[in-house]
Amino acid sequence: MSAYFIPMIIIALVVYSIYKRNNAYNSFVVGAKKSFELIYVTFPYIVAILAIVAIYNASGLNMWVAKIFAPILNIFGVPVELTELIILKNFTGGGSIAILENIFTNYGVDTYIGKCASVVMASSEAIFYISAVYFSKTKIEKYKYLIPLCLCINFFSAIVACFVCRFI
Amino acid sequence: MLVVDPENAFNTMLSGSEQALNLSIKLLAVYALWLGILQIIEDTGLDKVFAKWLNPIIRWLFPNVDEYTSGQIAINLTSNLLGMGNACTPSGINAIAGMYKGGKVINSNMALLVVLNTTNIQLIPTTIIGIRILHNSVMASSIIIPTIITSAVSVVFGVLMAKLCAKISRKGEAE
Repeated sequence: MSAYFIPMIIIALVVYSIYKRNNAYNSFVVGAKKSFELIYVTFPYIVAILAIVAIYNASGLNMWVAKIFAPILNIFGVPVELTELIILKNFTGGGSIAILENIFTNYGVDTYIGKCASVVMASSEAIFYISAVYFSKTKIEKYKYLIPLCLCINFFSAIVACFVCRFI
Repeated sequence: MLVVDPENAFNTMLSGSEQALNLSIKLLAVYALWLGILQIIEDTGLDKVFAKWLNPIIRWLFPNVDEYTSGQIAINLTSNLLGMGNACTPSGINAIAGMYKGGKVINSNMALLVVLNTTNIQLIPTTIIGIRILHNSVMASSIIIPTIITSAVSVVFGVLMAKLCAKISRKGEAE
């Protein structure tokens, strides 16, 4: 059923656009142009993360980290393969897309791990980025409980994601 | 590895960088398509319509914010829901600035907005679906329902925790 979501939305949107007498084609072109700006901003982060990850994997450090985190993640039913994604997700959105890509290549897209990774990625946001940027117009320096709270929520949503993916 | 195997260290990093370039081209394809569609939403004013629907919920979640700020929160949450990543940031900054009353310590409304942004309530995770399609997924959009469920559960959890933390920290200050 969910396969119909995107086509339905696009059709509805074009119909609504005609009803509103808006030129959908022009709007689309203007929006599509913005994709270059977006890539321009995220590309350096993706390069940095993937270069680091390449070294990190080749050096065998990933095995050690997985060994350390496996027991903790196992308790919550989270696959160990998602360790890097869950940690990095808090820091960078663009960089964690790189990790997601790696997971898809190594473990497949439609596997349980691939699905979990997709949902984890889609249902949380890089909090260090948000808290740095959103407060840029204020003089706030003390975030009190905010950062630990968000880290905790992100971990919680990863647990929920892996749980839900077992059934759907 | 930089020390033990200098010969291959640069090669390894370069392979990572190359992978980044390939990924960015894929992402460009996904972004172009989706940002185009989002622009139609923006130009038809549909995002403002959604924002209006959200207003009562915002009034309830964020007590004591002025009209302008609640409008900015509405736009911020709507762009989150629609996956309009770029549109989230300016409205988010404006909303936080609107809640700011001076000083160096955050207040509970600001914390709640950041929490809501962290849980990233998204109706359709388009970027992820796009990457899945490019990886030849046979059921790329099968993640929509799990994502909505997961986001919904974590939003409820997040709001409750944020309200709880706000209460505890207020108590701490009173003593």
